Amino acid sequence: MKIAVCLKRVPDTTAKIVVGEDGKSIDETGVKFVPNPYDEYALEAALALKEKAGTGETVVYSLGGDSCQETIRTALAMGIDRGVLLQSPGSPDGFEVAQALAAELGAGGFDLILFGKMAVDDYNHQVGLMVGELLGLPAISAVSGLSIDGATVRAEREIEGAVEVVTCSLPAVITTDKGINTPRLPSLKGIMSAKKKPLESKPVALGAGAVTVAGLSLPPERQAGRIVGEGPDAVTQLVALLRNEAKVI
Amino acid sequence: MPTILAVTEQRQGALRKVSLEAVAAARMIADSLGATVDALILASGPVDGAAGLGVAGADRVLTATHDGFGLYNPDGYAATIASIGRGYAAIVFTASATGRDLSPRVAAKLKTACATDVTALAVEAGKIVATRPVYAGKAIQKLVLGGSPAILSVRPNTFAPVTTDKAGTPGVLAVPAFAQRVTVTEIKAPPQAALDVTEASIVVSGGRGLKEPANFKLVEDLAAAFGSAAVGASRAVVDAGWREHGAQVGQTGKTVAPSLYVAIGISGAIQHLAGMRTSKVIVAINKDKDAPIFKVADYGIIGDLFEVVPRLTEAIRKLKAE
Ligand SMILES: Cc1cc2nc3c(=O)[nH]c(=O)nc-3n(C[C@H](O)[C@H](O)[C@H](O)COP(=O)(O)OP(=O)(O)OC[C@H]3O[C@@H](n4cnc5c(N)ncnc54)[C@H](O)[C@@H]3O)c2cc1C
Ligand SMILES: Nc1ncnc2c1ncn2[C@@H]1O[C@H](COP(=O)(O)O)[C@@H](O)[C@H]1O
Repeated sequence: MKIAVCLKRVPDTTAKIVVGEDGKSIDETGVKFVPNPYDEYALEAALALKEKAGTGETVVYSLGGDSCQETIRTALAMGIDRGVLLQSPGSPDGFEVAQALAAELGAGGFDLILFGKMAVDDYNHQVGLMVGELLGLPAISAVSGLSIDGATVRAEREIEGAVEVVTCSLPAVITTDKGINTPRLPSLKGIMSAKKKPLESKPVALGAGAVTVAGLSLPPERQAGRIVGEGPDAVTQLVALLRNEAKVI
Repeated sequence: MPTILAVTEQRQGALRKVSLEAVAAARMIADSLGATVDALILASGPVDGAAGLGVAGADRVLTATHDGFGLYNPDGYAATIASIGRGYAAIVFTASATGRDLSPRVAAKLKTACATDVTALAVEAGKIVATRPVYAGKAIQKLVLGGSPAILSVRPNTFAPVTTDKAGTPGVLAVPAFAQRVTVTEIKAPPQAALDVTEASIVVSGGRGLKEPANFKLVEDLAAAFGSAAVGASRAVVDAGWREHGAQVGQTGKTVAPSLYVAIGISGAIQHLAGMRTSKVIVAINKDKDAPIFKVADYGIIGDLFEVVPRLTEAIRKLKAE
């Protein structure tokens, strides 16, 4: 089985966000970057599927600056066979990113192309599905349960208050959600061998895109909370506040 | 005159409430642009609640009927919307499980991007400006949507349904031929009860402070006392297998914006806050006065949840009985 995984480098989820001088992007000073957590599920799925098939190849693609090499090496250390860096400053426009990835992935002859369901920086939730459309492949998003039998894909996705069962056949695009698996950690041996695995870099050009960032700001701080009281005796007052002041019950 | 398309959702032949929110958001854009609103229903037969779309703000209610549209049909829905998409100034979806899946498909077919999970909208210099949380809610992004059409999805529970004096003229939209590559075969009921945290107006969540899974009964009882409240959970208890993943609130779970969020025995880690900080009113019950949850809570009670929660449940029950 030949499997591609698209991996984005994103700020660590615990990073403190400071708005940069341009007022449109974050100040990256001192921010630790990690593989997008949802993409780790995609990496694990790729590795497990290849192991099950016994043969095949896994390739990781990342679009971004040269610092993405480090992110790609993390995937190689987990066990992915080789990496491709598409050098570009990136774009807030998901369709531009999807076009660049699709142009690269289309010729790859992949049975399966995996994405995270969304990147935890831009929260766009769109690139994987768009690549599916651009390549004319079946696409299933936010998959929390996956089984592949021959060329038949059976996926489960969580919808409001229920689970949707979706089927398609390979080749296909899948975007992964939490619940699908537990990503492995890179082993020491993996980290050593990752250094020798092939990592190709090539520049790609993105268009201007249809969406532009007009500004980035910090969310308004919530009003400093009020401690109603201590222990169960505070309940009466809490209920009165919820009813008369907040008017939510 | 420009027109805005609001894409509605039905499940098992009943219109979902979030549809009215999509129409409300479309109405708001339309009023700023001097445009009209079309609401679109995709279904296999008549849809309960469709008649209310006019009052909710739609000038026209289009119905696309197809035997294969009973359950969500990603390829068919996308092809149908894309077939008329170019005629609209904007297409508004809900950022629900379906809307998040459908909007990028339509956008790609129309060769443009989409703005996901929008929490506020404005029109500036004739362009739609969408406000949306990014970086796990730690920052707010303003996006100018230059696409034609502009495509966006609105966060559930954020745009309140409106009431207008419109009746909404009915119309029929023909379903084009489409290649069905993906099939939704069934909807399975969840092992744990119904109301989803993203759509409930009250969410009661429990964390590791509950000590063991059986004690979630306290959370469930409080939710039941409120009436239609959903039960949420922190990741710590989901990872421990106490609750289904669908109940997880936070960065790697659901993002919720109910009118009331009650956090019980939850410390308030940054990743949890990411999923609930836009709730209208937050109540926290925690025995640690320094727990970070108190920094975002409007009302806090410092105390042992095993004493406080049953008392609260009793008080709410009494109030509801009045
Ligand atoms: C990449 C990443 C993603 C994550 N995503 C999420 C996410 O989506 N959602 C999420 O919730 N977390 C997420 N987390 C985990 C998060 O960092 C916390 O570990 C988690 O939220 C803690 O859960 P908790 O508050 O239930 O537990 P704890 O932090 O252990 O808090 C338990 C609280 O209960 C209180 N307590 C104990 N006993 C009592 C009592 N008798 N009465 C009253 N109070 C009591 C304690 O004072 C404490 O504040 C993520 C972490 C990472 C690294
Ligand atoms: N710059 C990128 N490089 C590689 N993959 C990406 C990039 N941006 C997005 N992706 C993939 O697309 C998924 C969805 O991203 P998004 O639509 O931006 O939320 C991510 O989880 C990645 O798998």
